Amino acid sequence: MTAATKEAGARAPYVEFDRFTKSFGTAGGVVTAVDEMSFELDRGEFLAIVGPSGCGKSTLLMALAGLTQPTSGQVRVQGEAVLKPFTDLGIVFQNAELLPWRTALQNVLLQSEIRRSPKAAAEARAKELLGQVGLGGFEDHYPEELSGGMQQRVALCRALLHDPDILVMDEPFGALDALTRDQIQIDLQRLWMERRKTVVFVTHSIDEAVFLADRVLVFSPRPASIAAEFRVPLERPRPLGARGGKEFTDLVGEIRGVFETLGVLTEEGK
Amino acid sequence: MTATHAKKAEAAPAKAPAPPKRSWVDSRFADWALPIVLVVLVVAGWQGLVSFGGVEEYVLPAPGDVVAKMFGDFGVFAEESVPTIIAIFVGFALAIAVALPIAVGMVYSAIVRKAIYPLLIIAQVVPKVAIAPLFIIWFGFGQLPKILMVALICFFPVVIDSLVGFRAARPESLMLVRSMGASRWQAFWKIRWPWALPSIFAGIKVGITLAVVGAVVAEFVGADTGLGVLLITARGDMDSLTVFASIAWLTVIGFVLFLLVEVLERVLLPGKKSGRRFEASGAL
Repeated sequence: MTAATKEAGARAPYVEFDRFTKSFGTAGGVVTAVDEMSFELDRGEFLAIVGPSGCGKSTLLMALAGLTQPTSGQVRVQGEAVLKPFTDLGIVFQNAELLPWRTALQNVLLQSEIRRSPKAAAEARAKELLGQVGLGGFEDHYPEELSGGMQQRVALCRALLHDPDILVMDEPFGALDALTRDQIQIDLQRLWMERRKTVVFVTHSIDEAVFLADRVLVFSPRPASIAAEFRVPLERPRPLGARGGKEFTDLVGEIRGVFETLGVLTEEGK
Repeated sequence: MTATHAKKAEAAPAKAPAPPKRSWVDSRFADWALPIVLVVLVVAGWQGLVSFGGVEEYVLPAPGDVVAKMFGDFGVFAEESVPTIIAIFVGFALAIAVALPIAVGMVYSAIVRKAIYPLLIIAQVVPKVAIAPLFIIWFGFGQLPKILMVALICFFPVVIDSLVGFRAARPESLMLVRSMGASRWQAFWKIRWPWALPSIFAGIKVGITLAVVGAVVAEFVGADTGLGVLLITARGDMDSLTVFASIAWLTVIGFVLFLLVEVLERVLLPGKKSGRRFEASGAL
């Protein structure tokens, strides 16, 4: 871990947002969603981004995936600017975005079909992944036969099938009920510890960010900028019980404090 | 370990307890039995009206006589049906062959969309029956004017519903496959096309019923063969029995064509193995 960090420090950062700016033309004029934002990620780091709605968090993820281009500035992966869809990456959206006419297994295999990778190997790996997230035996179920949590697990398997270096997650558990969410967080932590992908995880939940991430970036309202940055010193694997611990609650309180300072959270509920 | 946790926490909604006892109206039996009962009642009333009500045959022939005519002169009706059915098939295929590429063009290009859309509406608003005589002048009394009339009349619902279908794909799905490095071709076949199919079939179902109308209208206006020609000639002779039998055969043809489309839909709609994944919007 320390050796890896030193090595990464010597070279260019693994992922680098460099004065990233994104503006949109709207009926009311030009709106700047993200203004000159710069931050870096190490390889294998789990970064969470928390911020109010509409502050351009999703835009950052899409730019990292090469699905949208910054108005100015750059996103670089291993020193190279992302100018077209960056394919060594998996995406999980807030809605599972499964195709309703495909079974769980077929949905996962969309990844290998598009990439035209060998079918048999992909299928074996897809089944293994589905088994690892507790969906063994559900391979032939259609999305409508699966609960929201199960659908999101399928989406996670699809994002991991090609063993990408980067995993981009856009409020992936936001639509799930609290219990399901707890379980899927535990599972994600376990998968991440086994694979050490570089993860960028956008969420509205401070708890979720602190529980999962190595580092939390707190975004200000639009135009988004980095209001604060926290390292999460908690040891892994973090049990669900860690949330009751003092270190955890202090950190959550501190982040909440940042939002209060920003005026995103107020006592009066204004 | 974690696997069992996940399963317990999220039981599949498919395994819901058996629903409370349903009324017989909700049963499969009622689906086909009720319309049959209604048809039998209407036909019996009709027969009664003719048999005991003293209605002349040239005004309203008895249903029994119509059925006897349909099968008694089967050879004649079959012979006249052939050109009508050919016109329907060729015209309908032509409509689909033109409508689908136009819909695709309209989805992918704003220029094509803006240029064509108003023209589509105008083409639909022009009363096509009024154009039929022109087709006769241009193309004579053969199959060609019929085929064109069929194509023209069922083109609009197919193109509009296809357009709706091709735009139904979720943007996230398209972004997802782009991030997988999908070509435009792959994005179309893996995402847009399957999303569009239910809607395309909704348009095709409306279109196929209109296709029969188109063929008959063209035959009314002027043709040398076809069920429509038989019908209009019989009317001239005050031969109501033949008129009714022709109408009945046209109805049978329309119904069979519709069923063919339904079967095709079941075969082509992906995800059919566990029942229909998603219903075509606006379909029956």
